Amino acid sequence: MGDGGEIGMQEVKAHALLTNEVGLHARPSVKLTQLAKRFASTVEIAIAADGPWTDAKSPVKIMRVKAAKGETLFMRANGTDAEAAVSALADLVNRKFDEE
Amino acid sequence: MERRVSGRAASDGLAIGPATILRALDGASRPKGSITEEHAALAAAVARARQAVAELIGRLTGDAAELIGFQLALLEDDALTESAFAQIESGVAADAAWRAAMAEEIAGYEAADDEYFRARASDLADIRDRVLRHLFGLADDGQLPEGAIVVARDLAPSAFLGIDWSKGGGIVLGEGSPTSHVAMLARGRGVPMVVGLGADWGRLTGALMVDGARGVVIVDPGVEHIAAARAEGETLTRRKADAVARQCEPALTRDGTAVAVLVNISGPADMTVLPAAACDGVGLARTEFLTANLLHDEDAQYSAYADLMRWADGRPVTIRTLDAGGDKPIPGYTIDGESNPFLGLRGIRLSLRHPEIFRVQLRALARAAALGPLKVMLPMVTNAAELDAARSHLRAVLAELADSNIAFAEPAFGMMVEVPAAALAAQDFAADFFSIGTNDLTQYATAASRDGAEVADYADVLHPGVLAMIAHVARAGRVRGVDVSVCGDAAGDVRAIPALLEAGVRVLSVSPGLLPLVKAAIRELDLAKIAEGA
Repeated sequence: MGDGGEIGMQEVKAHALLTNEVGLHARPSVKLTQLAKRFASTVEIAIAADGPWTDAKSPVKIMRVKAAKGETLFMRANGTDAEAAVSALADLVNRKFDEE
Repeated sequence: MERRVSGRAASDGLAIGPATILRALDGASRPKGSITEEHAALAAAVARARQAVAELIGRLTGDAAELIGFQLALLEDDALTESAFAQIESGVAADAAWRAAMAEEIAGYEAADDEYFRARASDLADIRDRVLRHLFGLADDGQLPEGAIVVARDLAPSAFLGIDWSKGGGIVLGEGSPTSHVAMLARGRGVPMVVGLGADWGRLTGALMVDGARGVVIVDPGVEHIAAARAEGETLTRRKADAVARQCEPALTRDGTAVAVLVNISGPADMTVLPAAACDGVGLARTEFLTANLLHDEDAQYSAYADLMRWADGRPVTIRTLDAGGDKPIPGYTIDGESNPFLGLRGIRLSLRHPEIFRVQLRALARAAALGPLKVMLPMVTNAAELDAARSHLRAVLAELADSNIAFAEPAFGMMVEVPAAALAAQDFAADFFSIGTNDLTQYATAASRDGAEVADYADVLHPGVLAMIAHVARAGRVRGVDVSVCGDAAGDVRAIPALLEAGVRVLSVSPGLLPLVKAAIRELDLAKIAEGA
């Protein structure tokens, strides 16, 4: 939606294909949430372009999504460092979570 | 000072290590406080579990550390406790609220299509139990120290499988029996175990030496004992190494009688113990461990059976249909609260009452039969009518598969002989093969529970009455022209093997860890001499 009404706030979106062998499984989930927590922005993920959206800083909630290999992971962030957050997350997914 | 406690021998071998008491969660209780107190109690238990897990990570490396890292990440996440705290606010006790919240979380994992996610259910169960232990004030077991001697009242098979035995260790139980499933698992993995110590088990602390062959535990062993144990351990190791060196050679008695030695497989780890070339096939693959969460999942079952067929590489593979009940409950499938589960609904009795689940398994088995010689074995058959009823399910499944374009083959269809009435009427059963389950046959024939420490002496496979039944089944098999094997513990017990061979058994199926020594023991025997001595 990219409304970004408030000054200094912006919503940024991206998506990346889960190509690592196990999908958003235990280890990748932990890596993803640890990375997301480094940013002040709210960071969310989904497995469909229109959500439902899940807090990317909660490993419990991320694991409930059960995103498997071959699914597209949608990411969105809202806040001052949203741009950096989304690009870091997409990068992690594209690097197959540094697992392979 | 050095002290000696006697129990019963359950699994051979010697181990020295620190006593680590595991107290069971079942039966633990705590008084319920006010909403504020319950809230605080759960918060504190979660915090302590989190701290213990964080400390644990520092001591671990590799996969174990990453596994625990996942648990820590979940314990640090408020989303995990959200619904439990909400329930506490509505007046539920902290332990009940936590159990309910975790049950829901675990159910979500178990319902996943992806095997990787389903497998994580056990991590969630682990987290649940860690927090419960703190909530009930039971010392947190955390990760066991290397080479720990596990001391407990009793140990569930799942708890045994959850412990890493690769660094040694042993087991000492207050209750339990040498014929229990956990004892069987311990022998298969070569973990020394002594059971039936009685009420004293709770007071064992410090360094323990477990002498599994003699059924003795030494508390604070002195240097002499330790040295003697080391020497004996080295002899055992040498004998085992000699046996392993010859494990791929056939097992012939001194007089040249060939005895087929197959393996019992309880889970994927068992396939890594031996090369398939060392065995004459799989005599018993248990499916309650392979499929605990997968009763309705034909494809997942097929893939597990296919793995076995590939491992066996053309050798016969006998797969037992689900043998739940007795001491192997499956929530939602077996009956709760039976007054005597071993005499209740178990094995084929349950399968025939859940035809939809039974047929899923039969379909998966018939599909795997396309990959090699697969034999389907029915547990706990009592009446010939059960065999007929099971066979008509198989026929229906084969007809369905014939109408599809899925590859399948008709498997051999045989039965386990473990009910005395069936043993003595074996000649009347139209089974393609018989496999004698000596553990259950012995407990039923001697009226002595396999899990009861007090009556363990009665449950003796060498009782002439039990041996007469085994000989009868062997004869019935010869008359009917079908194979007869023994897949119970007796097959791997070097003290029982001469009697089994004398009873006419020529096929033994044993835990993979025991196979080298079983073959070595057979090579020492002379059947002509055994017959003379009888």
